[in-house]
Amino acid sequence: MPLELYLDLHSQPCRSVFLFAKINKIPFEFKAVDLSAGEQYGDEFGKVSIIRKVPVLKDGDFILTESIAILQYLAAKHHTPDHWYPAELQKRARVDEFLSWQHTNIRTHGSKVFWFRGVLPAVTGAPVPKEKMDAAVEDLNMSLKTFEDKFLQSRPFIIGDQLSVADLVAIVEMMQPVGTGLDVFQGRPVLSAWRDRVKKEIGVEVFDEAHKVIMNVDTLPQTFENKGLPEFLKLRIQKMFN
Amino acid sequence: MSLEIFLDLFSQPCRSVYIFAKKNNIQFDYKKISLFEGYQYSEEYGKINLLRKAPAIKDGDLFLAESVAIMLYLAEKFHTPDHWYPADLQKRARLLIPKALGVEIPKEKMDNAVEDLNASLNLFEEKFLQDRPFVVGDQISLADLVAIVEIMQPVGAGMDVFENRPKLKAWKDRVRAEIGAGLFDEAHQAILYAQEAVKTMDPKKMEHFKPKILRYFLS
Repeated sequence: MPLELYLDLHSQPCRSVFLFAKINKIPFEFKAVDLSAGEQYGDEFGKVSIIRKVPVLKDGDFILTESIAILQYLAAKHHTPDHWYPAELQKRARVDEFLSWQHTNIRTHGSKVFWFRGVLPAVTGAPVPKEKMDAAVEDLNMSLKTFEDKFLQSRPFIIGDQLSVADLVAIVEMMQPVGTGLDVFQGRPVLSAWRDRVKKEIGVEVFDEAHKVIMNVDTLPQTFENKGLPEFLKLRIQKMFN
Repeated sequence: MSLEIFLDLFSQPCRSVYIFAKKNNIQFDYKKISLFEGYQYSEEYGKINLLRKAPAIKDGDLFLAESVAIMLYLAEKFHTPDHWYPADLQKRARLLIPKALGVEIPKEKMDNAVEDLNASLNLFEEKFLQDRPFVVGDQISLADLVAIVEIMQPVGAGMDVFENRPKLKAWKDRVRAEIGAGLFDEAHQAILYAQEAVKTMDPKKMEHFKPKILRYFLS
């Protein structure tokens, strides 16, 4: 039975899993989940994961959620090259440190900016209030600064000379706001150089393939017009503005 | 002693690291810091952890932040019993408690916050615990440790999350027994007396908090 990966490439953690599997030539069946249609709340997806988030891995009877856990599982199971998740204690600790930190930093702030710029206006037909937008962008900027000052510094990649899952996770997160037209790399030469390096190591083609959907996120208003607005989105938006 | 661990037991991730190190008899120099007093913003602490958060460790020349990374590092280095972080691939994969589930107790309006917390707890019971004694199975692991310290945080604020959740309560009792009641209670003393402690805190020392709190309410 082949490995199944439940993915929507609008989602950053789906992209890191997708890229990792592709680069390492891990055969898998791409099970598309349409988040904009609320598919994650359907009965069928509920049987796969009651957490109702993507990505999800299904390996025979074994079902696994959480992209970090999935990446670590795939790395171990398929004996991927050491540099992805090094066996050496201190190098691995550095990868773990970044993977932990990013959840509530680049991930949170990048997602928020993405929602504010790309999703909410498509739904409400109006831009997000300026103070909220400015605060969100400022938080993102602070995360990016911390990333450069602490996690990257003057190294070619996060943990040193070689690419690891840390860089993979970092780059897909940073691409999220880029999809909405906010180029986080502009005016940041160190970050841009790192991005180019990562893109080259990953392979430009597969990188672009993974990011095709997010780079076309300006078609979301059309999508909502065609398919209608899913219930969960209406509720989530109400909550956001309470 | 070459291993130093910088902790404030008001903080959930500090408690999981503290319990883990103590439980496994890992020798360390306990560097107590006060987050409420803003020590994390000092120049001194900046040299330990640029992220200016706790916990952090200094092991010889290695400086490491992020509680999960720290526990994984200690587990490996000190060869702690397998059940904490099982070598078996599928068991290990189960370990990760998603940050989405109740890691940050939201500081926004109470109703939304409580609702989110309840949803997280439901999910924890339904997906991560189910009918198992512990998250990964028959034995306690890092997952249980991380979960319990997080779940105890709102308890410190006066909200009994175990009320009407017999399964969760049974799991908590089991975890507390496995860790050892003495150690568990010691780690949680600060947070359980938080409401009292806040009364005796010097408001001037809390000045640094203001912008952060305002921001949480603004956004």
